[in-house]
Amino acid sequence: MSSDLQDQDYTDELEHDEELWNPGHRACAGCGPALAMKYITEAAGENTIVSNATGCMEVVSTPYPESAWGTSYIHNIFENAASVAAGVEAAYKSFDRRDPDHLDVEDSDDLNIIAIGGDGATADIGFRALSGMMERGHDVLYVMYDNEAYMNTGVQRSSQTPFGASTTTSPAGEESIGNDTNKKDMISIAADHGIPYAATASISNPHDFKQKVEKALDIEGPKFLHVYAPCPVGWSFDSAQTIDLAEKAVKTGLFPVFEMEDGEVTSVNKIRDREPIEEWLEPQGRFKHLFKDDEDGEQAIQELQEWIDGRAEDLGLDA
Amino acid sequence: MSDTQDPYEDLKITTGVVAEPNTSRANKTGSWRELKPVVDPDTCIECGQCETYCPDQAAKPVEGEDFYAFDLDYCKGCGICADVCPTDAIEMVREEA
Amino acid sequence: MARAEPQEQENPSDDQEVMKGTSAVAKGVMAADPDVVSAYPITPQTGVVEKLSELVADGKLDSEFIKVDSEFNAASTCIGASAAGARAFSATSSQGLKLMSEPLFTAAGMRLPIVMAVANRSLSAPLSIWADHTDAFAERDGGMLQFHAEDVQEAIDHVLLSFRVAEQVNLPALSNFDGFILTHVQEPANIPSEEEVSEFLPPRDPEYTLDPSDPKTMGAYARPEHWTESRYEIQRAMMDAREVWADAVEEFNDVFGRDYTEYGGMLDTYYADDADHIIVAMGSIAGTIRNVVDAYREDGEKVGLVRPRVFRPFPAPELRDALAGAESVAVLTKEMSPGYESAFAGEIKGALYHAESQPPIKSYVLGMAGRDVKPEDIAEIVEDVKTASPEMGFKESESWPQLRPELLKGGDEQ
Repeated sequence: MSSDLQDQDYTDELEHDEELWNPGHRACAGCGPALAMKYITEAAGENTIVSNATGCMEVVSTPYPESAWGTSYIHNIFENAASVAAGVEAAYKSFDRRDPDHLDVEDSDDLNIIAIGGDGATADIGFRALSGMMERGHDVLYVMYDNEAYMNTGVQRSSQTPFGASTTTSPAGEESIGNDTNKKDMISIAADHGIPYAATASISNPHDFKQKVEKALDIEGPKFLHVYAPCPVGWSFDSAQTIDLAEKAVKTGLFPVFEMEDGEVTSVNKIRDREPIEEWLEPQGRFKHLFKDDEDGEQAIQELQEWIDGRAEDLGLDA
Repeated sequence: MSDTQDPYEDLKITTGVVAEPNTSRANKTGSWRELKPVVDPDTCIECGQCETYCPDQAAKPVEGEDFYAFDLDYCKGCGICADVCPTDAIEMVREEA
Repeated sequence: MARAEPQEQENPSDDQEVMKGTSAVAKGVMAADPDVVSAYPITPQTGVVEKLSELVADGKLDSEFIKVDSEFNAASTCIGASAAGARAFSATSSQGLKLMSEPLFTAAGMRLPIVMAVANRSLSAPLSIWADHTDAFAERDGGMLQFHAEDVQEAIDHVLLSFRVAEQVNLPALSNFDGFILTHVQEPANIPSEEEVSEFLPPRDPEYTLDPSDPKTMGAYARPEHWTESRYEIQRAMMDAREVWADAVEEFNDVFGRDYTEYGGMLDTYYADDADHIIVAMGSIAGTIRNVVDAYREDGEKVGLVRPRVFRPFPAPELRDALAGAESVAVLTKEMSPGYESAFAGEIKGALYHAESQPPIKSYVLGMAGRDVKPEDIAEIVEDVKTASPEMGFKESESWPQLRPELLKGGDEQ
């Protein structure tokens, strides 16, 4: 290593534009959800109020007196990001009626109210608040960032933990292959509430991700985005591979990318030559017990593959 | 009563513990690193993938130059940039003390 | 009014209407013109929610009415709305109050002045829809302001006072009124108009809001080196509330002509000045107690009533003053604290710990889950409290006078 490369430091010559999600946050190196926050705020812009659930993103971004957020932001508790957002929306509806100049934006229709929560905060403990918000038709975008476990408290199993994953509350062991349920289908659940737009996106395709955030924000009513954001620490993989693993999750069909509008599937990112799920499982320490060369592991992988195949067929995922 | 350790001086607790925006920048996460990215300026094609995929906004174009480099105040050394770079212009090296 | 015997019904004066308690409270809320009303039905509060939605549907109340899925989300939506700068109102009882306890405590910590009317009702289990104070006391330590109304008029007025004080000190407020006894009764009351209320209640002027033109981060987490001080701020706000409340009731009297200014609005007393035996109680039971006081006074006996109007911040100095010189004090309470004496008794006794004058205190747990308390029951208690002495042991100092030992296995072993 030549000494001038070792000494390379252009820090002072780099321009940091005004960012609505700022560096200095305390997310782990290679954090998938941190990228999701970046994409959401880039797509949404500054006319945005974020309602964030307790969880990794909230904790790494708001240790008083610091905040990584450039947008208006509120965190209340773990399970009510959706209803806090609904309350904000109701307040602005009232302000719009009483005092149209209340908000210093050209058109208060441009105000983006975005609720953000992890998979645990959204699909599990926050389910009630989310369902109520969607059912009542609030003009709120809910983004669920999915790292497939309660990560902030140390990798406990959630309803989004994949089949066969070892977590601290679904550990692999002599009598266990790890988590024994498949991911709960939040898009169908959201769509069944009659909301205008529900879609999935992965941090491995930022263009698609941001486009969907923009599209959602242009629609009036409740919107739901399920975004995939791998966690190097919780899944046990090298932090450099975060994007690879997000991409593999899509390519193997574990995380299909599609949109539902008014209850119908309107777009599917089809996969040509869908890869077997082992491609995605293999690099992750949380699945290493499945490769121990025994029947249970093989069977578990097969079950997971069958689940993926079934969903792929339902969605028309294969090109 | 013994003193409570507090890294912040001259702090007043705001009503409802409300924090000011963009203040995380005070926290230089670059100190976390074990590996740091170095770029070969000649190999870099300025595609911007490193900037897109950096979770800490630490990869940026260098003003007045034709390559990207790294904000070592915040770079945590995750290695995503090196992984996504299409021309392998970035190498992760162990940081010397 | 908690009267066991038929009384002469007051004729409403010109500026009063006779209406159901829940409707009256709803109309009071309407006059305060909240931006957001978010509430879930629960007996016996349901009438408040129904009336409010009726007023919205008829275009009389210009609020966003959120038909929430649960009390938990009633509180959560109020929090979001209040953080955005809105005036937010909810109403609940019992199980609903318990369910919203988690977010409600955070409203205090985040200094959001949401106001809720609580129709007090027992907490399960067993399930009971009837009135007592278990629900309010269970939220005691949350940092919410708490008031107790004696009648329907106060139920309305306390809501208006709550908005005023809550918005000034930035704490949430629970405006308590007894379930069924005050919710389902028809009483004459004056419903203030929106014009009058706007004279009394200025628009909200929050320090921080959710506003993209001036973004802030609300709800940051606090580390050990900062949390204590943030909670101390709540304590300071509570202490400030004493003066703010005192000013508010003065102005309330000026605007509406109803005088709650005794003891800075903290206590309402009836023949307590020279009383030998004082009854202390909160809420609607005070109405019955007044009749008993009148009867004793007619007989030449000096009995009096001290009714705390404000429960949080707790009126300790005022109680020390009002109870000084009494020979004995009877605390009547519609709650209990398993494992110890009732919470209300504990608080009263605690207040007198530093007093120069420390009359012996006996406490009486009664009226729970709507069990009727008649004037003769209270008279029996007065007779009993005459036996109170400083040498009383702990077991003698609290009793459950309405307890029916015949229902208990093995009989009554108090």
